[in-house]
Amino acid sequence: MKRLLVVLGAACFVVLLIGAMLDLAPAGIALHAAVSANLPSSGVEHPVTAVLLNFRGYDTLLEIAVLLLALIVILAVGIDSTTDVRPAASPVLQALARLAAPLMIVVAVYLLWAGAFRPGGAFQAGAVLAAAAVLLHLAELLPGWQSPGARLRLGLAGGFLIFLAVGAGLLFQGALLEYPPEQAGWMILLIESGLTVSLGLILAGLFLLLSRDDGDRS
Amino acid sequence: MSLEFVFDLLLALAIIWSAWRSLSASRLDLAIVMFIVFGLLMALAWARLSASDIGLAEAAIGAGLTGALLLDAYGALKRRET
Repeated sequence: MKRLLVVLGAACFVVLLIGAMLDLAPAGIALHAAVSANLPSSGVEHPVTAVLLNFRGYDTLLEIAVLLLALIVILAVGIDSTTDVRPAASPVLQALARLAAPLMIVVAVYLLWAGAFRPGGAFQAGAVLAAAAVLLHLAELLPGWQSPGARLRLGLAGGFLIFLAVGAGLLFQGALLEYPPEQAGWMILLIESGLTVSLGLILAGLFLLLSRDDGDRS
Repeated sequence: MSLEFVFDLLLALAIIWSAWRSLSASRLDLAIVMFIVFGLLMALAWARLSASDIGLAEAAIGAGLTGALLLDAYGALKRRET
């Protein structure tokens, strides 16, 4: 009886939800026109990249800052390095990882480049880079990170620092992250390149730092 | 009923089905695999909504990285048990 009531309640809720979805009012603010009109001055041809890195660049700046913060917290908390005996990775997996990793790096660079005029961009490229690192780690070709050295730290923070430097450099013009239209293209490419490397390292770091017990042996 | 509508309907049903299976699976490894399937179907749904940027990010981060992280955690749990 009780169960029937719960199921009935849930079903009513689902019907209500679907009903609410069906007569959803149209969006109060339509920004398509504004984005399309300003696209030529944004330095890129793909509207999503234009919004992410030009019109609302500070959102992306804060996103990379939050991700960096998450990684710093992981480093600050510290993970107990209990030695963890893994079964040896199979040679087939290792051979496949060796084949796949260079291709994934090429795909990441392509996604970064494609972001200017079609779907793609720094976040996707960074995720592919991170996936390559994770794959290599799981195939035991790349040891877990013990404690990041100076170069790794620079790589982790580099994207954020480049973004910040460009933002600071443009501040004297009066507004945060307002690129001059002629230089917007290469500035966005510079920021995205930095972001790709940093995001790849940060996302991989969330993985490799947490399983750094493997690094104890190698 | 056009072919596209049938595909969308199947996709929506498959998403709900995989989400349910992922939540209700009794075995942890099965739940993780269903979660990855859910992520990939979700990426397809974003692509159908012509938001391929989000689709790419969902496939790479949602299905790929999170799935790998969950599988690794599952492996660590397994090793700790034995």
